[in-house]
Amino acid sequence: MDKRIPSLAEAVADIPDGATVMIGGFGGSGAPIELIHALIDRCLATGSPRDLTVINNNSGNGHVGIAALIEQGMVRKMVCSFPRSADPRVFTEKYLAGEIGLELVPQGTLAERIRAGGAGIPAFYTLTAYGTDLAQGKPVAEFEGRQYVQERWLKADVALIKAELGDHHGNLTYRMAARNFSPLMAMAAARTIVQVTQVVAPGCIDPEHVVTPGIFVDGVVEVANPAQEEALNRANAVYPEVQA
Amino acid sequence: MTTRLSNAQIAWRAAQDIADGAYVNLGIGFPEMVARFQPPGRQAVFHTENGVLGFGEAPPAGQEDWDLINAGKKAITLNPGAAFFHHADSFAMVRGGHLDVAILGAYQVAQNGDLANWSTGPRGVPAVGGAMDLVHGAKRVAVLTDHVTKDGMPKLVESCTLPLTGVRCVTRVYTSLAVVDIENDHFVLREKLPAISLDELQAVTGARLHVDGEIADLIVPEL
Repeated sequence: MDKRIPSLAEAVADIPDGATVMIGGFGGSGAPIELIHALIDRCLATGSPRDLTVINNNSGNGHVGIAALIEQGMVRKMVCSFPRSADPRVFTEKYLAGEIGLELVPQGTLAERIRAGGAGIPAFYTLTAYGTDLAQGKPVAEFEGRQYVQERWLKADVALIKAELGDHHGNLTYRMAARNFSPLMAMAAARTIVQVTQVVAPGCIDPEHVVTPGIFVDGVVEVANPAQEEALNRANAVYPEVQA
Repeated sequence: MTTRLSNAQIAWRAAQDIADGAYVNLGIGFPEMVARFQPPGRQAVFHTENGVLGFGEAPPAGQEDWDLINAGKKAITLNPGAAFFHHADSFAMVRGGHLDVAILGAYQVAQNGDLANWSTGPRGVPAVGGAMDLVHGAKRVAVLTDHVTKDGMPKLVESCTLPLTGVRCVTRVYTSLAVVDIENDHFVLREKLPAISLDELQAVTGARLHVDGEIADLIVPEL
């Protein structure tokens, strides 16, 4: 078994127009910047993919990563809990102009909906959002004397995530708090593409340390020195770089 | 009225109620200050929604690791015994009732414990984050807030006029003037600044303050 993909361009080659794409990361931590930028490169070269629905906790920061994806007009709708950041202008301007959709989901509900999608659970009940605007129109049921809101699973065509080590089978480890949504998204997408800092041979990751088992992973591409969104933003980076 | 507590002093007061070994989530911004005022000999374990238990102070400038941040996207460090976990586990800690205390900010708190702290209305971009999860997850949900808004309007009200974050979820409110519990759909005054009378406090509170036993003096150090 060998899930290695030789290049970023090949890793994102099959994502179609209109796809629902889960993108890992919480703010910049765990954001698969190189995979996102490869998707932008492909769109600039071929005009596709567009009309994407993107699922991420946030909606981009500055002019790199998800913000750049939105700035290129590739995103039709965001599904997120907190569409704000230090520099949220790209999303904010398009949202206020009615050029991009937003489904706002409480953060824990977002995580659990993704987990449910990965676990084959079509709906679940939670106290979160009961009695609030974000529960409007959703079924409510009583359990042990309290009211709970029904929430449905979230699934995706593709997940783009970032991990630390990945072996040929797709077993993954993560680095510190960068794992956040990625293990859940890996389960919930029909196809999961991972950029890893290092590809290693099977057996090099202690099975006790595997966080995402390879069954949830379809492709692994090595990006040896991944960019940090926060560092890019502190350097006022813009993607794609403006040619002088 | 010239006397009121600073945000740091409100955070100090809230910190006195956190037990040694408690698992605590502090909301982004003002509530984060609570971590600085733990009484000597007590150490809480702080949870951050993005997937860390047991984080510590911010690192010195230039030593940030941007894979190690808190829910406010600020760089953090780890205390001995820290743990990482994914988002579903993180919110299982919240929604499963495993946190002892969540300390949050507020736009309005109602006398029945309803909280409004995520939206000031339909304008702009709505954002909720983990607030709606935290208010129903922790065993105790406390709020830190000025007693009134910048315009002088009460923030402790009969019923919230702003969009709700959660219903009947707040158990205690630490304000710039008082400590108020919520019991049986009432505000119960526990402590107030000695310099303010009960009548003066009632005048800037949007619902009746009930008294149940002694009202203690709210005494906080200069910070």
